[in-house]
Amino acid sequence: MTDTFEMTELVRGLRFNCASDHSLLKAMELAGKRCIPVGCRGGGCGLCKVQVVSGEFSCGPMSKKHVDEASRRCGRVLACRVYPRSDLSFEYRPAPELAGTNNNSNEVM
Amino acid sequence: MRKGVMRPGHVQIRVLDAEAALKHYRDLVGLIETDRDEQGRIYLKAWTEVDKFSLVLNPSDEPGMDFMGFKVVDEATLVQLEQDLLAWGCPVEHIPAGELRGCGRRIRFVAPSGHTFELYAEKEYTGKWGVTEVNPEAWPMDLKGMRAVRFDHCLMYGDELAATYDLFVNVLGFYLAEQVLDENGDRIAQFLSISTKAHDVAFIMHPEKGKFHHASFFLETWEDVLRAADLISMTDTSIDIGPTRHGLTHGKTIYFFDPSGNRNEVFCGGDYNYPDHKPVTWAAEQLGKAIFYHDRQLNERFLTVLT
Ligand code: FES
Repeated sequence: MTDTFEMTELVRGLRFNCASDHSLLKAMELAGKRCIPVGCRGGGCGLCKVQVVSGEFSCGPMSKKHVDEASRRCGRVLACRVYPRSDLSFEYRPAPELAGTNNNSNEVM
Repeated sequence: MRKGVMRPGHVQIRVLDAEAALKHYRDLVGLIETDRDEQGRIYLKAWTEVDKFSLVLNPSDEPGMDFMGFKVVDEATLVQLEQDLLAWGCPVEHIPAGELRGCGRRIRFVAPSGHTFELYAEKEYTGKWGVTEVNPEAWPMDLKGMRAVRFDHCLMYGDELAATYDLFVNVLGFYLAEQVLDENGDRIAQFLSISTKAHDVAFIMHPEKGKFHHASFFLETWEDVLRAADLISMTDTSIDIGPTRHGLTHGKTIYFFDPSGNRNEVFCGGDYNYPDHKPVTWAAEQLGKAIFYHDRQLNERFLTVLT
């Protein structure tokens, strides 16, 4: 059975729903919202890294170059590999080395 | 081929989930699984290729490319090219025969761009898959998915393009087929060929060394590219961009991602070259059109999403 949870992006105050079998990034794309840049959708490129602030989730495989054990534990994870198990709140801020190059430009197609 | 390097022979790609990757490359791209080894690597080839494998999937916790290999005409060439690489100042590593199952010894080196390449002379000849050697039919009936024809080329992102050019052209015998020059006349993209093809390997300037942009597989027709797009939607595979046409090489193309975030291309058509052709040049201010000929606009994802 799939449950649906409410996702809240705290920086822009955007909300959308996410089914438990969809990734956070996919739910954002399906809802037509734009708060996380969309890259490979496969846990490889690191573009969609968010900070989960509250809520339960499980993770699919992610490149350890972008998410090591420590950052996974503190909720710095890749939105394309986050599957919610409860309502979630999270923040997206562009990574310093990417700032200014692709904050708003990797938009949902 | 003036130094005896013949063609792209293989690429080894790191994947986060071997079974998901196999399903992608076998059932969607349409490659044939040919072997596995004790390291858990999976070997595949496209049906028209005569050697045992061209793609190796290597389970890892970080996606990207391990290395790309070129086949050279014979062992004497391999010996000579090793000397030439060393004389140029590029250290080499010897990988023994059989380290990849069915492949002879390999000479491995790291290009100034930070990418690892290999040369080898021998690989098990298994013939085209699904057709006989004598009186072959046009194609095998039981191909899957996009029915990729062959592994064609890779695009790498990295720095030191000038030194990389020198190594590939003057040591390995590639030629410059196409380039993008910035307003100072510096080359920010180089498409290198060893054959009459539009490119066998390409490099785009990027501050971080050793990044992998895509591995590309050839399809026959534009209809096949559209069919690939249908399959990408049917399987809910992550799409990057396309179907469209490139200005550079003029190939008709679509880009998508494997389940670990490595980019793939399938394409058809594209320019050809003979030794009397001059390189084609694009100016950086036309980069949008050079990359996506129809949109004439860069998509940031194409430039920044790498493994
Ligand atoms: S979009 Fe590439 S890691 Fe999530």
